[in-house]
Amino acid sequence: MTPVRDLAFFQQWFNDQIPHNAALGTRVVSLGNGAAVMQLDWAEHLVGDPTTGILAGGPITVLLDSCCGMAVASRMIELTAFATLDLRIDYARPAAPRKSVIAEAECYRLTANVAFTRAIAHQGDPKELVAAAAGTFMMATKGPAVTFPAPRGKRKAV
Amino acid sequence: MNLHDLLLVARETRDPARLVEAIPYARWMGMAPEITTGEFLTRMRYRPENIGNPHLPALHGGTIGALLEMAAILHLLWESESVTLPKIVNITVDYLRSGRPLDTLAKATVTRQGRRVVNVDVSAWQDDRSKPVASAQVHFLVTPVDAVAK
Repeated sequence: MTPVRDLAFFQQWFNDQIPHNAALGTRVVSLGNGAAVMQLDWAEHLVGDPTTGILAGGPITVLLDSCCGMAVASRMIELTAFATLDLRIDYARPAAPRKSVIAEAECYRLTANVAFTRAIAHQGDPKELVAAAAGTFMMATKGPAVTFPAPRGKRKAV
Repeated sequence: MNLHDLLLVARETRDPARLVEAIPYARWMGMAPEITTGEFLTRMRYRPENIGNPHLPALHGGTIGALLEMAAILHLLWESESVTLPKIVNITVDYLRSGRPLDTLAKATVTRQGRRVVNVDVSAWQDDRSKPVASAQVHFLVTPVDAVAK
Protein backbone atom coordinates (compact mmCIF):
# COMPACT_ATOMS: atom_id res chain seq x y z
CA MET A 1 0.00 0.00 0.00
CA THR A 2 1.44 3.34 -1.02
CA PRO A 3 0.98 6.02 1.66
CA VAL A 4 -1.07 9.08 0.76
CA ARG A 5 1.37 11.78 -0.24
CA ASP A 6 -0.07 14.61 1.77
CA LEU A 7 1.70 17.25 3.84
CA ALA A 8 2.06 14.84 6.78
CA PHE A 9 3.84 12.33 4.52
CA PHE A 10 6.39 14.90 3.38
CA GLN A 11 6.84 16.19 6.92
CA GLN A 12 7.61 12.68 8.10
CA TRP A 13 9.98 12.11 5.18
CA PHE A 14 11.86 15.42 5.05
CA ASN A 15 11.75 16.38 8.75
CA ASP A 16 12.24 13.02 10.43
CA GLN A 17 13.55 10.41 7.98
CA ILE A 18 16.45 12.49 6.64
CA PRO A 19 18.94 12.52 9.50
CA HIS A 20 20.72 15.72 8.50
CA ASN A 21 17.48 17.66 8.09
CA ALA A 22 16.48 16.51 11.57
CA ALA A 23 19.89 17.53 12.97
CA LEU A 24 19.70 20.95 11.33
CA GLY A 25 16.04 21.46 12.20
CA THR A 26 14.61 22.15 8.73
CA ARG A 27 10.83 21.91 8.66
CA VAL A 28 8.36 21.32 5.85
CA VAL A 29 5.86 24.19 5.79
CA SER A 30 3.67 23.50 2.78
CA LEU A 31 3.31 21.34 -0.29
CA GLY A 32 1.97 21.79 -3.81
CA ASN A 33 2.12 19.77 -7.02
CA GLY A 34 5.73 20.52 -7.95
CA ALA A 35 6.14 23.04 -5.16
CA ALA A 36 7.57 22.97 -1.66
CA VAL A 37 8.14 25.42 1.18
CA MET A 38 10.57 24.70 4.01
CA GLN A 39 11.86 26.69 6.93
CA LEU A 40 15.04 26.84 8.99
CA ASP A 41 15.24 28.66 12.30
CA TRP A 42 18.30 30.67 13.26
CA ALA A 43 20.56 29.00 15.81
CA GLU A 44 23.86 30.02 17.37
CA HIS A 45 25.70 26.91 16.12
CA LEU A 46 24.72 27.61 12.50
CA VAL A 47 26.46 30.98 12.42
CA GLY A 48 29.25 31.53 9.90
CA ASP A 49 30.44 34.93 11.09
CA PRO A 50 30.46 35.32 14.88
CA THR A 51 31.04 39.07 14.67
CA THR A 52 27.66 39.57 12.97
CA GLY A 53 25.64 36.44 13.85
CA ILE A 54 24.94 35.86 10.16
CA LEU A 55 24.19 32.23 9.21
CA ALA A 56 26.85 30.26 7.34
CA GLY A 57 26.08 29.39 3.72
CA GLY A 58 26.04 25.67 4.54
CA PRO A 59 22.68 25.54 6.35
CA ILE A 60 21.10 27.53 3.52
CA THR A 61 22.61 25.10 0.98
CA VAL A 62 21.08 22.16 2.87
CA LEU A 63 17.70 23.92 3.12
CA LEU A 64 17.61 24.79 -0.60
CA ASP A 65 18.82 21.33 -1.69
CA SER A 66 16.15 19.66 0.45
CA CYS A 67 13.40 22.04 -0.64
CA CYS A 68 14.22 21.53 -4.34
CA GLY A 69 14.27 17.78 -3.71
CA MET A 70 10.85 17.90 -2.08
CA ALA A 71 9.46 19.91 -5.00
CA VAL A 72 10.66 17.12 -7.30
CA ALA A 73 9.20 14.37 -5.09
CA SER A 74 5.85 16.19 -4.97
CA ARG A 75 5.52 15.76 -8.75
CA MET A 76 6.65 12.15 -9.05
CA ILE A 77 3.93 9.64 -9.88
CA GLU A 78 5.93 6.72 -8.54
CA LEU A 79 8.51 7.49 -5.88
CA THR A 80 11.98 6.33 -6.82
CA ALA A 81 15.33 7.49 -5.46
CA PHE A 82 16.85 10.59 -7.03
CA ALA A 83 20.05 12.55 -6.48
CA THR A 84 21.21 16.14 -6.88
CA LEU A 85 23.20 16.60 -10.10
CA ASP A 86 24.07 20.24 -9.62
CA LEU A 87 23.05 23.14 -7.46
CA ARG A 88 23.83 26.81 -7.97
CA ILE A 89 23.13 29.33 -5.22
CA ASP A 90 23.37 33.11 -5.59
CA TYR A 91 23.64 34.79 -2.21
CA ALA A 92 21.70 38.01 -2.78
CA ARG A 93 22.03 39.37 0.76
CA PRO A 94 23.09 38.01 4.15
CA ALA A 95 20.33 36.41 6.23
CA ALA A 96 19.49 38.71 9.15
CA PRO A 97 20.51 37.11 12.47
CA ARG A 98 17.90 35.54 14.78
CA LYS A 99 15.29 35.30 12.03
CA SER A 100 14.09 32.17 10.25
CA VAL A 101 14.92 31.51 6.61
CA ILE A 102 12.12 30.32 4.35
CA ALA A 103 12.83 28.42 1.13
CA GLU A 104 10.30 28.13 -1.69
CA ALA A 105 11.09 25.69 -4.48
CA GLU A 106 9.43 24.76 -7.73
CA CYS A 107 10.04 21.76 -9.98
CA TYR A 108 9.23 23.27 -13.38
CA ARG A 109 10.13 20.27 -15.52
CA LEU A 110 10.28 16.57 -14.75
CA THR A 111 11.46 13.97 -17.26
CA ALA A 112 12.36 10.30 -16.90
CA ASN A 113 16.02 11.21 -16.41
CA VAL A 114 16.27 14.74 -15.10
CA ALA A 115 14.23 17.12 -12.92
CA PHE A 116 14.75 20.89 -13.15
CA THR A 117 14.09 23.11 -10.15
CA ARG A 118 14.46 26.69 -9.01
CA ALA A 119 14.15 28.11 -5.54
CA ILE A 120 14.36 31.27 -3.49
CA ALA A 121 15.21 31.88 0.15
CA HIS A 122 13.88 34.87 2.10
CA GLN A 123 13.01 35.93 5.63
CA GLY A 124 9.35 36.74 5.28
CA ASP A 125 9.27 39.07 2.29
CA PRO A 126 9.71 37.08 -0.96
CA LYS A 127 10.82 40.26 -2.73
CA GLU A 128 13.78 40.65 -0.36
CA LEU A 129 15.79 37.61 -1.41
CA VAL A 130 18.49 36.09 0.73
CA ALA A 131 19.34 33.60 -2.00
CA ALA A 132 18.21 32.30 -5.37
CA ALA A 133 18.99 28.76 -6.48
CA ALA A 134 18.77 26.46 -9.48
CA GLY A 135 19.13 22.73 -9.06
CA THR A 136 18.91 19.70 -11.32
CA PHE A 137 18.36 16.13 -10.17
CA MET A 138 19.06 12.74 -11.72
CA MET A 139 15.94 10.60 -11.52
CA ALA A 140 15.58 6.89 -10.80
CA THR A 141 18.92 6.39 -9.12
CA LYS A 142 19.67 3.25 -7.13
CA GLY A 143 17.76 2.23 -4.02
CA PRO A 144 14.46 3.23 -2.41
CA ALA A 145 13.50 6.88 -2.03
CA VAL A 146 12.09 6.54 1.44
CA THR A 147 10.97 3.84 3.84
CA PHE A 148 8.20 4.21 6.38
CA PRO A 149 7.16 2.02 9.25
CA ALA A 150 4.12 0.07 8.10
CA PRO A 151 1.50 -1.56 10.34
CA ARG A 152 2.58 -4.67 12.27
CA GLY A 153 6.17 -3.52 12.34
CA LYS A 154 6.86 -4.18 8.66
CA ARG A 155 8.74 -1.51 6.77
CA LYS A 156 7.65 -0.75 3.28
CA ALA A 157 9.79 0.95 0.67
CA VAL A 158 7.93 3.22 -1.70
CA MET B 1 39.03 35.36 21.50
CA ASN B 2 37.44 37.24 18.60
CA LEU B 3 37.69 36.32 14.94
CA HIS B 4 40.45 38.82 14.23
CA ASP B 5 42.70 37.52 17.02
CA LEU B 6 41.99 33.85 16.23
CA LEU B 7 43.02 34.40 12.62
CA LEU B 8 46.27 36.00 13.67
CA VAL B 9 46.98 33.21 16.20
CA ALA B 10 46.21 30.49 13.65
CA ARG B 11 48.65 32.00 11.16
CA GLU B 12 51.29 32.79 13.76
CA THR B 13 51.29 29.27 15.20
CA ARG B 14 50.79 27.61 11.77
CA ASP B 15 47.86 25.77 13.35
CA PRO B 16 44.94 25.72 10.90
CA ALA B 17 42.70 23.99 13.48
CA ARG B 18 42.51 27.35 15.26
CA LEU B 19 40.65 28.80 12.26
CA VAL B 20 37.45 26.85 12.95
CA GLU B 21 37.37 27.98 16.57
CA ALA B 22 36.17 31.26 15.09
CA ILE B 23 33.35 29.74 13.03
CA PRO B 24 30.52 28.09 15.03
CA TYR B 25 28.99 26.27 12.03
CA ALA B 26 32.31 24.71 10.98
CA ARG B 27 32.83 23.46 14.53
CA TRP B 28 29.33 22.04 14.77
CA MET B 29 29.71 20.23 11.43
CA GLY B 30 32.98 18.64 12.47
CA MET B 31 34.91 20.41 9.72
CA ALA B 32 38.60 20.66 10.40
CA PRO B 33 41.40 22.07 8.26
CA GLU B 34 44.70 20.19 8.23
CA ILE B 35 48.16 20.60 6.73
CA THR B 36 49.53 17.16 7.64
CA THR B 37 50.42 16.33 4.02
CA GLY B 38 51.85 19.80 3.37
CA GLU B 39 48.82 21.04 1.48
CA PHE B 40 45.91 22.81 3.06
CA LEU B 41 42.87 20.47 3.16
CA THR B 42 39.57 20.62 5.00
CA ARG B 43 38.16 17.42 6.45
CA MET B 44 34.50 16.83 7.26
CA ARG B 45 34.44 13.99 9.74
CA TYR B 46 31.78 11.39 9.15
CA ARG B 47 28.93 11.48 11.61
CA PRO B 48 25.52 9.78 11.29
CA GLU B 49 23.71 13.15 11.49
CA ASN B 50 25.17 14.09 8.09
CA ILE B 51 23.26 11.36 6.26
CA GLY B 52 20.67 12.43 3.69
CA ASN B 53 19.53 9.03 2.43
CA PRO B 54 19.69 6.34 5.15
CA HIS B 55 18.89 3.53 2.70
CA LEU B 56 22.05 3.74 0.61
CA PRO B 57 23.39 5.23 2.95
CA ALA B 58 24.59 8.53 1.47
CA LEU B 59 25.67 11.88 2.89
CA HIS B 60 23.17 14.72 2.47
CA GLY B 61 24.16 16.61 -0.69
CA GLY B 62 23.78 19.83 1.25
CA THR B 63 26.54 18.82 3.67
CA ILE B 64 28.92 18.25 0.77
CA GLY B 65 28.02 21.67 -0.65
CA ALA B 66 28.60 23.14 2.81
CA LEU B 67 32.03 21.48 3.01
CA LEU B 68 33.06 22.82 -0.41
CA GLU B 69 32.08 26.36 0.58
CA MET B 70 33.76 26.16 3.99
CA ALA B 71 36.93 24.66 2.48
CA ALA B 72 37.14 27.66 0.15
CA ILE B 73 36.62 30.13 3.03
CA LEU B 74 39.20 28.44 5.27
CA HIS B 75 41.69 28.27 2.40
CA LEU B 76 41.30 32.01 1.75
CA LEU B 77 41.65 32.81 5.47
CA TRP B 78 44.80 30.67 5.65
CA GLU B 79 46.46 31.93 2.49
CA SER B 80 45.56 35.60 2.66
CA GLU B 81 46.39 38.35 5.09
CA SER B 82 42.77 39.40 5.34
CA VAL B 83 41.32 39.71 8.82
CA THR B 84 37.70 39.63 7.67
CA LEU B 85 35.73 36.69 6.35
CA PRO B 86 35.37 36.51 2.57
CA LYS B 87 31.78 37.24 1.51
CA ILE B 88 30.29 34.56 -0.71
CA VAL B 89 28.65 35.78 -3.93
CA ASN B 90 27.65 32.42 -5.34
CA ILE B 91 28.51 28.74 -5.51
CA THR B 92 27.88 26.12 -8.19
CA VAL B 93 28.21 22.53 -7.02
CA ASP B 94 28.57 19.53 -9.34
CA TYR B 95 27.64 16.27 -7.66
CA LEU B 96 29.76 13.50 -9.16
CA ARG B 97 29.27 10.51 -6.89
CA SER B 98 27.17 9.59 -3.92
CA GLY B 99 28.92 10.50 -0.65
CA ARG B 100 29.41 7.38 1.43
CA PRO B 101 29.46 7.33 5.25
CA LEU B 102 33.16 8.25 5.43
CA ASP B 103 35.30 11.31 6.15
CA THR B 104 35.26 13.71 3.21
CA LEU B 105 38.25 15.89 2.27
CA ALA B 106 38.22 19.08 0.23
CA LYS B 107 40.95 21.05 -1.49
CA ALA B 108 40.47 24.62 -2.69
CA THR B 109 42.45 26.33 -5.45
CA VAL B 110 42.34 30.03 -6.19
CA THR B 111 41.93 30.35 -9.96
CA ARG B 112 41.88 34.13 -10.01
CA GLN B 113 42.60 36.67 -7.32
CA GLY B 114 41.14 40.02 -8.23
CA ARG B 115 41.02 43.18 -6.18
CA ARG B 116 37.38 42.67 -5.26
CA VAL B 117 36.48 39.16 -6.38
CA VAL B 118 38.27 35.83 -5.87
CA ASN B 119 37.42 32.78 -7.98
CA VAL B 120 37.95 29.47 -6.21
CA ASP B 121 37.69 25.88 -7.47
CA VAL B 122 37.08 23.22 -4.84
CA SER B 123 37.16 19.44 -5.13
CA ALA B 124 35.97 16.90 -2.55
CA TRP B 125 36.78 13.20 -2.27
CA GLN B 126 36.67 10.38 0.25
CA ASP B 127 39.04 7.41 0.26
CA ASP B 128 40.23 7.84 -3.35
CA ARG B 129 41.28 11.30 -4.49
CA SER B 130 40.99 10.28 -8.16
CA LYS B 131 37.26 9.68 -7.60
CA PRO B 132 35.86 13.04 -6.45
CA VAL B 133 32.37 13.07 -4.93
CA ALA B 134 31.76 16.71 -5.86
CA SER B 135 33.39 19.87 -7.14
CA ALA B 136 32.41 23.51 -6.97
CA GLN B 137 33.19 26.92 -8.31
CA VAL B 138 32.81 29.71 -5.78
CA HIS B 139 33.03 33.49 -6.04
CA PHE B 140 33.82 35.66 -3.04
CA LEU B 141 33.97 39.38 -2.45
CA VAL B 142 37.07 40.22 -0.49
CA THR B 143 38.16 43.34 1.33
CA PRO B 144 41.52 44.55 0.04
CA VAL B 145 44.12 44.55 2.82
CA ASP B 146 44.93 48.24 2.24
CA ALA B 147 41.24 49.13 2.62
CA VAL B 148 41.10 47.44 6.04
CA ALA B 149 44.25 49.21 7.20
CA LYS B 150 42.74 52.64 6.44
